[in-house]
Amino acid sequence: MEFDTIAAIATPMGEGGIGIIRVSGSDAVEVVDKLYKGRQKLSTVDSHTIHYGHLIDPSTGETLEEVMVTVMRAPRTFTREDVVEVNCHGGIVSVNRVLQLTLENGARLAEPGEFTKRAFLNGRIDLSQAEAVIDLIRAKTDRAMKIALQQVEGKLSRLVKGLRQNILELLAHIEVNIDYPEHDVESVTRKMLLEKSEEIKQEIIRLVETSEQGKILRDGLSTVIVGRPNVGKSSLLNSLIHENKAIVTDIPGTTRDVIEEYVNVRGVPLRLVDTAGIRETEDIVERIGVERSRKMLKEADLILLVLNYNEMLTEEDERLIDLIKGLQAIVIVNKTDLPKQLDFTRLQKLLSDSIPIVKTSITEDEGMDELEKEISAMFFQGNIMKEDQTYVSNARHIALLKESIKNIDEFRQSIEMGMPVDVSSFDLKRTWELLGEIVGDTAGDSLLDQIFSQFCLGK
Amino acid sequence: MVKPYDGGSFDVIVVGAGHAGSEAALAAARMGCNTLLLSINLDSVAFMPCNPSIGGPAKGHVVREIDALGGEMAKNIDKTYVQLRMLNTGKGPAVHALRAQADKFLYQHKMKETIENTPNLTLRQGLVEELIVNDGVCEGVVTKTGARYYSKSVVLTTGTYLRGKIIIGELQYESGPNNMQPSVNLSYNLKELGFDMVRFKTGTPPRVNKLTVDFDQMEIQPGDEDPQFFSFETKVPVPNQIPCWLTYTSPETHEIITQNIHRAPMFSGLIEGVGARYCPSIEDKVVRFNDKPRHQIFLEPEGRDTLEMYVQGLSTSMPEDVQLDILHSVPGLQEAKMMRTGYAIEYDVIVPSQLWPTLETKKVENLFTAGQLNGTSGYEEAAAQGIVAGINAALKVQGKEPFILDRSEAYIGVLIDDLVTKGTMEPYRLLTSRAEYRLLLRHDNADLRLTEKGHEIGLISEERYQRFLEKKRLIEGELDRLTTTKVKPDERTLQFLQELGSAEIDNAIELAALLRRPEIKYKDIIRLSPSEKALPAEVEEQVEIQIKYEGYIRKQLQDVARMKKMEKKKIPPYIDFNEIQGIAKEARENLSKIHPLNIGQAARIPGVTPSDISVLLVYLEHKNKVSS
Repeated sequence: MEFDTIAAIATPMGEGGIGIIRVSGSDAVEVVDKLYKGRQKLSTVDSHTIHYGHLIDPSTGETLEEVMVTVMRAPRTFTREDVVEVNCHGGIVSVNRVLQLTLENGARLAEPGEFTKRAFLNGRIDLSQAEAVIDLIRAKTDRAMKIALQQVEGKLSRLVKGLRQNILELLAHIEVNIDYPEHDVESVTRKMLLEKSEEIKQEIIRLVETSEQGKILRDGLSTVIVGRPNVGKSSLLNSLIHENKAIVTDIPGTTRDVIEEYVNVRGVPLRLVDTAGIRETEDIVERIGVERSRKMLKEADLILLVLNYNEMLTEEDERLIDLIKGLQAIVIVNKTDLPKQLDFTRLQKLLSDSIPIVKTSITEDEGMDELEKEISAMFFQGNIMKEDQTYVSNARHIALLKESIKNIDEFRQSIEMGMPVDVSSFDLKRTWELLGEIVGDTAGDSLLDQIFSQFCLGK
Repeated sequence: MVKPYDGGSFDVIVVGAGHAGSEAALAAARMGCNTLLLSINLDSVAFMPCNPSIGGPAKGHVVREIDALGGEMAKNIDKTYVQLRMLNTGKGPAVHALRAQADKFLYQHKMKETIENTPNLTLRQGLVEELIVNDGVCEGVVTKTGARYYSKSVVLTTGTYLRGKIIIGELQYESGPNNMQPSVNLSYNLKELGFDMVRFKTGTPPRVNKLTVDFDQMEIQPGDEDPQFFSFETKVPVPNQIPCWLTYTSPETHEIITQNIHRAPMFSGLIEGVGARYCPSIEDKVVRFNDKPRHQIFLEPEGRDTLEMYVQGLSTSMPEDVQLDILHSVPGLQEAKMMRTGYAIEYDVIVPSQLWPTLETKKVENLFTAGQLNGTSGYEEAAAQGIVAGINAALKVQGKEPFILDRSEAYIGVLIDDLVTKGTMEPYRLLTSRAEYRLLLRHDNADLRLTEKGHEIGLISEERYQRFLEKKRLIEGELDRLTTTKVKPDERTLQFLQELGSAEIDNAIELAALLRRPEIKYKDIIRLSPSEKALPAEVEEQVEIQIKYEGYIRKQLQDVARMKKMEKKKIPPYIDFNEIQGIAKEARENLSKIHPLNIGQAARIPGVTPSDISVLLVYLEHKNKVSS
């Protein structure tokens, strides 16, 4: 069976290790060859050989990464198709960049379980694993669906839906002019099409820029550490950074300035922001610190709330717990080296299910491993793959958004060239469909519904 | 009690001689099958109960396709039109559409004449009450007057007659269109056989006397001076076209409607049938789009030898007295005398997802259904299904492979696939926007797509086929010439380009590349480099279109290739979708109901997601390996 060419990150994220992007399909070698610069062209090398070279961005010519590329030709491969694996330095920034490039040069982001599915359909895996493959596809898709509901994606989803509606209205207008030529509906003009499509294009570009992935990869996940004074926030910060930046003393109120520090936690870039404990205080200096902290909380990508294992939950703790509800957060119960006083049942009750709890004793260096795992898991939103690939949903969005921009550019070019609108509208429709793939809307009759609700049409 | 008698045996029986039935019967007979065509009333063969017109965007395309396959509608309208217009001439070739106003009465007369003079075809008056079905196989029909006709396949094309009910204001009575007798028992028979039926509604406007219309208050809409025809074979125009006229509703019209809205069956709850969104009654329009100050109204002639004029845009089921008031409030119609009252009609429809893409029903073998009975609206949509059903009924009798057109081959394919794979919630009407491969399904290339097939089936004569092959040869020859012949940047060429305001060339360039420039037309190219001998206009048109839109055509062809790959992956008939746990419940239900023939069709079923398709693929492969 012949399929299109897919790509995905094939390894879980690691700090200093190697990240592998796997590309499978009839165009695999061609796709990677576009990005690779080495002694030989990949299309000429023998099968099952590995080559050192560099990755370039073909649109700018800029040299990016050092890579090792393995070329394996069908049928002696995992999927029985041509498979090319690009090994590069770990860390999400570089691996994602490589993936992004493959998506912009002829590959499609693989669906959950897709490599395994192909391996099976091409006869590589035997009969008894058939059921397991089906479960795999189902399970991953369900999780992928849950992702779509999360806050970060929710915002993108809303913006894309609004944009689609604008495109749909324009399409409906074009179609009505075509299917009801004698109706007293105003005709679309070239000027109108160019103006509207420019607006739409700018909106998509904005979406690409504000897309979470771009922000995270460039600026890191903004991470705020909150908690009452003296629960170990600064210790936590230091532990994550492995060196002394924040001032640690026993007296509450000593960390006056808001400190920012970048750190790499299992490949996830965090921009750590320390805060003073959020509480009412008479000291003006402290109050400035407190207000700024509140602001950062709302804007943070990740909140680490630190509680004291050795004390009962205070009003202030409960206020903080309430503040983080509905946000991306991890609760750290610190000081497990001391006797337990905190009521965990009550804590569970107050927290929503999606917020994980990690027990630590930072001074004893216990629990930091779990915390780092939790942070990494949260970033990948539960999709750490032990099986065949890592699924980064944001890469898919960006690829689709960029493809949409290409299509709307083609639409504009074709209008400017003087192509009739019913021919060019093909590109506009394609733009609408691509954006639809982002929000998972593949309903076929939306255009017709729009036409009949927007315009009063007769026989 | 009527005593039944043996009416004889046939190969194919067609029930209903409307637009679908006429095409079905003619196709089957022309393919060599002994065919019986039954009609409740022989005076309503090919009757146009509503708009006296054929064609328009998408619909006109279908008529061309019917002609390319060897059907009759195109030829018939070419003999009987009163006006011909090409629409969308200001837009691309994919949406150029021909539209004709028909002489209704002549249209019927000519179609009946053709039917009567076709060998192998028997036309009889008769009201079918029941199907003869044994062990899930249809073997014939029984009429009200006692005839038992036997056949190897039956095609039902009962239009809007099944349990038809006319509604005018507070009045309702059982009736087919235009006060014809309805067909009642057959509908119950179908339900007994286990078919799901739904109720649809459509409507028609009043007719007025031409002599009482003041055309001075209206805008004239003439036909084309040098019209193109629907059939590829027509060469001679019908002289003396008759124009249409345009006027608008007035604020008074809207007043009258709003004040009488409680008497409108749509709003009083009298109508249960689902109407089409795009064929709203005037009361519908005024209520739903109440900020629109006026609505268009077209006056269309119903024939050369009649004074009746069709008031398009005023479809209504208001009571008769209100209809008169409405008419008199329209500029130009203040003195109009109404000749026929407008009405709404409700009728039973068979849910089309119960059909295979061949239009054979899944529950009863050898039974085919086509036309408005399947939930479509429009004569053209009916005729398209009719010819396909007729062809397949005949092929079944002959033991040959069935005839299915896919979405990339014809609007007919789009229509049937939409019906059987997605079903329809309202009377289905074709629009060009329904065709994802619209650029490939053009008015101008219907023969290139379908005449070969028509010939294979036996509906296209050898002479016509040879003419077609010649046309194809000329097109290919000229395309070849334009893509291989280069012109040099010599003085003549450069001057030519300058005159047309086109960019200079530095190197030799193919003629085709020049033709792709929007400012250069084919007629310019042959000035620069004439072909060996003059080519017919339709050949030149094809060459121009295929070169100018090559880029986009290629894009569509790529999409088609992807689609065909999916269609190649067949789904065997014995698959039980309910067994496949990995597929969501709703998808499983829909897959079971439709039982798609291949993965491509499965993917189009509402409620089936891409992950369901993945699981299905894996499951099929598994089954495949297990059985081998």
